[in-house]
Amino acid sequence: MTSFFQSLGMSYEGAWFTATIAGILLIAFPLMLAVALIIYGERKLWAAFALRRGPNVVGPFGILQSFADGLKVFLQETIIPSASNRGLFLIAPIITFTVALMAWAVIPFGDGVVLADINVGLLYILAISSLGVYGVVISGWASNSKYPFYSAMRAAAQMISYEVSIGFILICVVLWAGTFNMGGIIAGQKGHVLGFINAYALNPLLFPIAVMFLISAMAETARAPFDLTEAESELVAGYQTEYSSMAFALFWLGEYANVLLMCALNAILFWGGWLPPVDWAPLYMVPGIIWFFAKILVMFFIFAWVKATVPRYRYDQLMRLGWKIFLPISLFWVFLVSGYLMLTRYDCKDSERMYISQITDVKQGKTYTAEKPANRWDGICRSELNVAGKASK
Amino acid sequence: MIQVISFYLFASILIASAAMVIFARNPVHSVLWLIVAFFNAAGLMVLIGAEFIAMLLVIVYVGAVAVLFLFVVMMLDIDFAELRAGFIKNVPLGLLLAVVLVAELILGVGAYRAGAVKLGIPEVGPATVSSSVPNIEAIGNLLYSKYIFLFESAGLILLVAMVGAIVLTHRRSHGTKGQNINSQNMRRPQDATRNVNQPVGQGVEL
Repeated sequence: MTSFFQSLGMSYEGAWFTATIAGILLIAFPLMLAVALIIYGERKLWAAFALRRGPNVVGPFGILQSFADGLKVFLQETIIPSASNRGLFLIAPIITFTVALMAWAVIPFGDGVVLADINVGLLYILAISSLGVYGVVISGWASNSKYPFYSAMRAAAQMISYEVSIGFILICVVLWAGTFNMGGIIAGQKGHVLGFINAYALNPLLFPIAVMFLISAMAETARAPFDLTEAESELVAGYQTEYSSMAFALFWLGEYANVLLMCALNAILFWGGWLPPVDWAPLYMVPGIIWFFAKILVMFFIFAWVKATVPRYRYDQLMRLGWKIFLPISLFWVFLVSGYLMLTRYDCKDSERMYISQITDVKQGKTYTAEKPANRWDGICRSELNVAGKASK
Repeated sequence: MIQVISFYLFASILIASAAMVIFARNPVHSVLWLIVAFFNAAGLMVLIGAEFIAMLLVIVYVGAVAVLFLFVVMMLDIDFAELRAGFIKNVPLGLLLAVVLVAELILGVGAYRAGAVKLGIPEVGPATVSSSVPNIEAIGNLLYSKYIFLFESAGLILLVAMVGAIVLTHRRSHGTKGQNINSQNMRRPQDATRNVNQPVGQGVEL
């Protein structure tokens, strides 16, 4: 897009700046629209699970219900509790909302269609999602009320607990893909299983962690069955109790933007992102963005399905699942995946194996035939010499 | 141009928020300003091209350490009158610390003006990182080859610290009753309830 603005006669920096702002707006506004529609879709889904009709009054099939709700909260009075910490009380929903939008910067919507194609894309997502807890914690504290405060404490503990196992799960994927770049992770899934299925999730070694990631994603976004931060039977409405009007709406938007983000991450990390499900040429005629959105919607259907059917966890069960089950299993899986990759990907025939002395000689232009090694783990593979920096020992 | 603007933006917000950590009356506000400071430090790291360090700074300090700070500080019952009383009591100590710090600053700047200290000759020249190698690979190549023993011993020290923390805090107190999740999950409805075909007008024997 930068080159387009440059063709309008701008300098490179001005064009880059304009293109980035345009890119941000191009992601943020459709995301808001998507959140409004996805809330409608989810309500329809729950209604179907409960054999009800769901929203069906505003607009055709009730499709404008979310906009009507938005208008309603927009016209409400903003109530700020007199005992609250005024500044922080108002900043908290803004933090939640902003952080939920920020993570979308590195999500690739198609081949090269990404706002910020950075090397550490996945780490960026991890960093940003770890910021999400502040909105909840600050709102709970600033409300100066018991239930929001309990909710804030729960949210902080829950998010930290599940971030640990999510980190290990991401490391398994990164080990397999060999990069933190989101585009690289998607490209690594092309024809991954049996040469024609574009998904890490169908790899037998990665399937269990795909399931764990789905569950951890639900816990990380505090969705049912892990929505203990806003468990209405225990904490009224949790950290949102004292909020009204637009501040309340910002929490909602942020929450659903986060849920969509987690669905998108599931699609990118385990189901091939914008690649079609099967590596077959005619399927590439369909634009990648459509495959990507379809995968997000399927993931979202699973999220709604779980929310409609699974009863809420108890808080101690939630902590047990995070620390005593997911953490050991994901840690073991890092060990398993890295061991498997060491044996298969980073091993080679003895004739291909190079030793440190030989590598320096190769750099000087001499060639040596490899001797039979005393310890075959000492050297590195000749093919690895092409990887930048590996031969600099 | 844009680098200069963002450098001054990040740097000035960093210094201002670092000052606010000290000047804020409320400890919770102090922690929040600290978080802003961490975040802007990460921004500065990105500017010099150390994106991996920047992300680690955010994940570790903002995402974990500061949350725990906030956790503890929020639990405090803040009494401003008591804080002020403590202020007057602690003024001599604070002044002493301030004098020591100022003396050190003056000494440090003086020594710096007098010329750099020679620290012997390093084995190799300054590390040069080509911009084509991603941060993570460059760090990994050094960490897992040249500094492998230092890296492993750092890991061991952390492990010992972790085990120590768990040993110190994990006391099994005798009065409490824990849950056996497995036996809870194994429990069937027929273990807990029974159906009684109750004749009308008579009580149930429980």
